[in-house]
Amino acid sequence: MSELLLDIRNLRLSFFTPAGEVKALNDVSLKLEEGDVLGIVGESGSGKSVTAYSIMGLTVHPGRIIGGTIDFNSHNITEMTEADMRMMRGNEVSIIFQDPMTSLNPVYTIGNQIREVIMLHTDKNKAQANERAIELMELVGINEPIKRLKQYPHELSGGMRQRVMIAIALACEPKLLIADEPTTALDVTIQAQILELMIELKNKLGMSIIMITHDLGIVANMCKKIAVMYGGKVVEYGTTEDIFYNPRHEYTKGLLRSIPKLNDKEHKKLIPIEGTPVDMLNPPAGCPFAPRCESCMKICISKMPEYVDVAEGHYSACWLIQKEAFEQGGETNE
Amino acid sequence: MGKYVIKRVLLAAVTLWLVATITFALMNLVPGGPFLSEKTPSEATLKALNEKYGLDQPLIVQYKNYMQKAIQGDFGPSLKQRGRMVKQIITTGFKVSARVGGLSILIAALIGVPLGSVAALNRGKWIDNVIIVFTTSGIAVPSFVVSTVLMLVFSIMLGWLPTYGLSSPLHYIMPVAALALYPTSYIARLMRSSMLEVLGQDYMRTAKAKGLSQFAILFKHALRNAILPIITYLGPLIAYTLTGSFVVEKIFTIPGLGSDFISSIINRDYTLIMGTTIFLAFLLITMNLVVDIAYKIVDPRIKLK
Amino acid sequence: MTDKKKPLSFQLDVSDFLPAEQEEKQSLVVMRKSVSFWKDGLRRFSRNTIAMISLVAIILIMIFAFVVPYFYPYSYEQQIRGSENLAPMQYSQQELELKENGESVFPHILGTDSLGRDTMIRLMMGSRVSLLVGIVASILVLLIGSTYGAIAGYFGGKVDLIMMRLVDIIYTVPDILIIILLMVTLKYPLQELAYSSPAFEWINTVGVGLICIFIVFALLYWVGMARIVRSQILSLKEQEFVTAARALGASHGRIIRKHLLTNCMGTLIVTTTLQIPSSIFTESFLSFIGIGVAAPMPSLGSMASTAIDGIVSYPYRLLAPAIMISLIILSFNLIGDGLRDAFDPKLKN
Repeated sequence: MSELLLDIRNLRLSFFTPAGEVKALNDVSLKLEEGDVLGIVGESGSGKSVTAYSIMGLTVHPGRIIGGTIDFNSHNITEMTEADMRMMRGNEVSIIFQDPMTSLNPVYTIGNQIREVIMLHTDKNKAQANERAIELMELVGINEPIKRLKQYPHELSGGMRQRVMIAIALACEPKLLIADEPTTALDVTIQAQILELMIELKNKLGMSIIMITHDLGIVANMCKKIAVMYGGKVVEYGTTEDIFYNPRHEYTKGLLRSIPKLNDKEHKKLIPIEGTPVDMLNPPAGCPFAPRCESCMKICISKMPEYVDVAEGHYSACWLIQKEAFEQGGETNE
Repeated sequence: MGKYVIKRVLLAAVTLWLVATITFALMNLVPGGPFLSEKTPSEATLKALNEKYGLDQPLIVQYKNYMQKAIQGDFGPSLKQRGRMVKQIITTGFKVSARVGGLSILIAALIGVPLGSVAALNRGKWIDNVIIVFTTSGIAVPSFVVSTVLMLVFSIMLGWLPTYGLSSPLHYIMPVAALALYPTSYIARLMRSSMLEVLGQDYMRTAKAKGLSQFAILFKHALRNAILPIITYLGPLIAYTLTGSFVVEKIFTIPGLGSDFISSIINRDYTLIMGTTIFLAFLLITMNLVVDIAYKIVDPRIKLK
Repeated sequence: MTDKKKPLSFQLDVSDFLPAEQEEKQSLVVMRKSVSFWKDGLRRFSRNTIAMISLVAIILIMIFAFVVPYFYPYSYEQQIRGSENLAPMQYSQQELELKENGESVFPHILGTDSLGRDTMIRLMMGSRVSLLVGIVASILVLLIGSTYGAIAGYFGGKVDLIMMRLVDIIYTVPDILIIILLMVTLKYPLQELAYSSPAFEWINTVGVGLICIFIVFALLYWVGMARIVRSQILSLKEQEFVTAARALGASHGRIIRKHLLTNCMGTLIVTTTLQIPSSIFTESFLSFIGIGVAAPMPSLGSMASTAIDGIVSYPYRLLAPAIMISLIILSFNLIGDGLRDAFDPKLKN
């Protein structure tokens, strides 16, 4: 059994906007073991990016963590000082952002931006940092690294820029790499290349990865565990097999129905999930998915479902699971 | 890039030629010519004067002669300041104006940039509001109001500062302050919105995710990006400062180009009007050109072809 | 994992598991009322306290400048003998005598100038000139600039290239120099025109100075507006509703007026509002250096200019026009900023 690297418990985070409190995260709990790849899946506004940013201490104003703990490497991040957080960022935990076109500073060279993080967290001088930068660029598959060092971001393609972002993230050999939709802004062919690169790097370097995406195809390829988020909650958590072959939450089922399968014999119609995401300013008292759920029951609207273990390491929060148990006789009633 | 520079230089040359031609045409449009407004000189004197200044020749010849000389910086003699050449007046006046104006813009940049940055970093807090109020008033108050009120308070009521001339450093305080208020406020407002935009950029998040200190994030990553657009506004600002200098120099009796220009208009000193207009137009157009090209060079996002 | 994940950890009822009604589900979906662009913008604008205060200030100044003078006992050109150089609220000897005789004498609230003219009424007329210049010049700029920009943007290609090259040139012309030159040279031809034929007598009514200002502004200040409108039209004309209108056989003029210009209304309003203070600024500057509005018509700029000569003895004569001009420009700026925030947040800088 490998070591527990990240343990998020009951994390609650709100944005205090002039219009009111937006409850972005509502009791989020997640675990990640060393060397594992965790996929966080959900649509825009489900809280997946906010979760990732809170691990890095990147929560932006007016957002504030109002409850819960984040243990990284047995240190509670929520209680760390800003100086300690800085030591950790880019060093032990790194992040790759969604849009490589805007994530690099346009007025500095690629070399400058890679060197910056190396020189910040190690005692390498400029020449040594340069060497390391070239090494990193080779590692992430950037051709002609020496020439690229002197180039500005706008001179590189989107895929190349994302490789630079990966190089920056990997510069200090982090224990945890967070990838926040790293391929969403890229062309499909480039997407595949970047994903391949990430799998390759993971095997080579052995760090843990949190992969945030709305694309179930990506997590199926890369991840061992999957957390499905909806309305600021983890609605289902399990291994990739659990989620794909035995989904228990209606939202997970809906997600799976909405992606095309190549191995389907007959041409099944894709079924989109109807409706719009919840209004986080006035979250419903019950299950956040209730208004869009086809099997919505009376209780779903009034009460928040609790987590139910459906198998070892596979849990979900859906009243339907409890309904089944209830109909089977309710002998587990305590 | 080369193509851009050539295009801009050509445009500037055409504009300058246009301004010179318009000036020449307008000056000759004035009914009766330049000498009529004087105490009706006798027929003979008028003829002699016209001959002396070459005004008896056909207009097109006058235009050709004037343009030829103007290119060499020779704008002929002043009509009202006997014995002085326009070029001479411009050179002396410009030295004074450039000192006051340059100082004002320098001070404006040195105060405006930090002011705008501080406001942006404290968005919505009281200090931001104070700066907004100050800068909004700063661009609303015309320079003649600032100058006269400064003079009223600091010279007449308090007696701290001298009212006219430029004979000591103390003399510079009020004119420079009056001239700098507008550009300071303008730069601060621009800097605030530019900084706010930069602070919201993705690369600022990247910088934070690298573990950089707040100081490094601001000074290395934010400031450089935020300050770039300010450069493009230096051109128009120089023009504004020039406009301001007309009144500020008049109020504080500073012997600069601005007061020369105004008095030449009031005295109807046509050669001086033409000379100053062309010179100032040349100055402004060149400044705009230099600023625009400098921006393209400084900003690496613009591809150098 | 934890003990909280036990099924049926509390009492449940069968009825709880009945399918929910559609209405119940709907009640959870908070529908925000959709509001039109104008309503939304106006709502945001009216919530902007600073902009609303400025709007009230401008309305008050307008009443002060356009309405109050009709009820005011003095006129701006009336020189009251013996009442020269009065301080605020001071009465001259003869006025005091009149008062003793039981006649009512309206006080000189801001005193009188060296010619015995009431400063208050001159301040009103000066404000009127400023507002008039600002608003008329901005409307001229709006009309010329938007027409020019719309035509250039709509037709594109060579038309656009030639039209915009002209704009580029005018844009680089140092406007203040040309304005001063034109003001100096236009004055005499205009005056002659006014005297030569009765058809042009209105020139004298409006004043040569004012007309000069309008001509000059109309000639030079429209280029900024033209640029903004052109770039908006360029992006708008690619959109489907324009293609649709074209397919339905609408004429160019109709497409420009009905479909394109209405869609950049927000920008037009904001740019025009922000043009007002800048025109007022220029007018007061010109009057201050002595080539703006001609005497005896007062202007805030010329009032300030004459006040400088007597600044030691009569400082209040300077302060009144100085405060008024700053207040007018500031209010228009703030209204413009408020409108921009409400209707056109993209337009910032």
